[in-house]
Amino acid sequence: MIEVNSISFRYHEDWVLEDVSFRAGRGEFVGVIGPNGSGKTTLLKIVYRLLTPQKGEILFELVPMKKMERVEIAKRIAVVAQETQLLFPFTVLETVLMGRSPYLGHLMFENEKDLEIAKKAMEWTKILPFSERPMDELSGGERKRVFIARALAQEPEVILLDEPTASLDIQHQIDFLDLILTLNRERGLTIIMASHDINIASEFCDRLILLQGGRIYKTGTPEEVITKENIERVYGCEVWIDQNPISGMPRISVLKKGRS
Amino acid sequence: MKLNTPRKVITLSILLGLLLILVTLISVTMGSVKVPPLRSIRILFESIFGLRGGGSETDRAIILSLRLPRAILAGLVGAGLSVSGATFQALLRNPLADPYILGVSSGAAVGAIIAILLGLSTFSFGLPLISFLGALLTVLVVFYFGRQDGKIHPNTLLLAGVIIGSFLSALIMFFISVSQKEELHTIIFWLMGDFGFSNARAILIIFPYILLGFFLLYLRSRHLNLILSGEDNAVQLGVDVEKLKLVSYLSASLITAASVSVCGLIGFVGLIVPHAVRLIFGPDHRLLIPASALIGASFLIASDTVARTLLAPTELPVGVITAAFGGPFFIYLLRTRKVVKTL
Repeated sequence: MIEVNSISFRYHEDWVLEDVSFRAGRGEFVGVIGPNGSGKTTLLKIVYRLLTPQKGEILFELVPMKKMERVEIAKRIAVVAQETQLLFPFTVLETVLMGRSPYLGHLMFENEKDLEIAKKAMEWTKILPFSERPMDELSGGERKRVFIARALAQEPEVILLDEPTASLDIQHQIDFLDLILTLNRERGLTIIMASHDINIASEFCDRLILLQGGRIYKTGTPEEVITKENIERVYGCEVWIDQNPISGMPRISVLKKGRS
Repeated sequence: MKLNTPRKVITLSILLGLLLILVTLISVTMGSVKVPPLRSIRILFESIFGLRGGGSETDRAIILSLRLPRAILAGLVGAGLSVSGATFQALLRNPLADPYILGVSSGAAVGAIIAILLGLSTFSFGLPLISFLGALLTVLVVFYFGRQDGKIHPNTLLLAGVIIGSFLSALIMFFISVSQKEELHTIIFWLMGDFGFSNARAILIIFPYILLGFFLLYLRSRHLNLILSGEDNAVQLGVDVEKLKLVSYLSASLITAASVSVCGLIGFVGLIVPHAVRLIFGPDHRLLIPASALIGASFLIASDTVARTLLAPTELPVGVITAAFGGPFFIYLLRTRKVVKTL
């Protein structure tokens, strides 16, 4: 579905990403992990073409993405990024309806069908009861769900998530990720998620990409990527890896210095 | 659900349009020369329908050649400044932005002052023209310095605007300090904003630019909603952000340039009208832009009427009225924290 072919990117002098290649198949749940500054967010921004790589190319269903119109990309790839600005806040419903933007012409207003799609998305994400509330009155977890609903209103094939659980407590993290997982499993949506939380990535993703300093250090299943050796090498700290007793997926525990 | 629909926008625009007509009618009946209200309105309607009826020649001249053109001009400028202010607030994501934030107005002021010092009459064709050219030149210079590798960075543009504005202010101070007494009075009135300079021809000069700017911005009103939550956010929803910014900044600047060139620096209209309209109608630019235009027009016509009549026969610069009214109103908005939550 998405094929990233040896892309390199730099803002100024230094390469932020170098020779990165991977594929995300239809319906796959791919996690991107790595330390701060390893290039996770930049990689996502390149995939939805906010940034254009200096080298390499990205294919979407075998079509080079640089040949696609922005509106076309927005119909197929939705993004749930870190916090957006809330100057002059819109209501929840207005925000979700913005997801219909790629389908609307310059002077057009949302019609009944758009409203229907937005309502379904809000039902799915359980935000329908407060659809009239302004965005700045919501909690962090509620706001995240609004942006998922907006992404669903785009009727995309791929959803990109950038640190989706960063500011949420564990209950809201799990609520949110279960929702994403259902979308992935039941609707066949392709998910690419950048995350700091290795345990969450291990638990939810089919496949992981471990970045180090803008290069891919390792890709594979969570079992293949999350090993003591890989993590200690990339993150530069001591960890202990065992299995989650329920799911059997790799589980990471951090250690104080000199305890291993 | 209270969503904006084309019907709602059109209905509200008609209602606000009626308000504007009402304000205009009231404005032409008021002034230092007493023309009874009913006769004023009859003169207006007779001229609209091409009839020749009652009323003395003097009354007709006062209504049709002085008060009506002045009200129309005030309306155009009020609409222009309000739409331009709303656009700058969205593009810069800054509630304190106003039409003058990129220094366009200082360029217009330098142009006007040069025209005044050259001895051009304040009623001439030349003054607004030179002022308009000064404003356009400033827009070009600000954009030349405010763009990096083909992209507009709001903060860079803002800094370029502020710095070029400061430089032009220095020029203004220089001109003021070397000007004669009679010129000084004219310059100061121009700097405070005054429709006393203008004439019916000014309407024809600025109307095309304000209309063009309004049209270009209204076409992009839905996209202005998206950029309000950040540029990345607008890109994620399929907007060509660089094109949006270029066209919107230039349209808003063009409107500002045309507006200030005929009446000087009228403050506060472009800052408070968009905020007031947002409080009433919400932040959706598809409604905000036409509503700001109509309410801004009414507000400035009303302010100018007060400026003409408060100390009649002496006229105050209209900027004194908008600031005297706008300042306390804005403080009120800030105190009640209704403008933006983060302010």
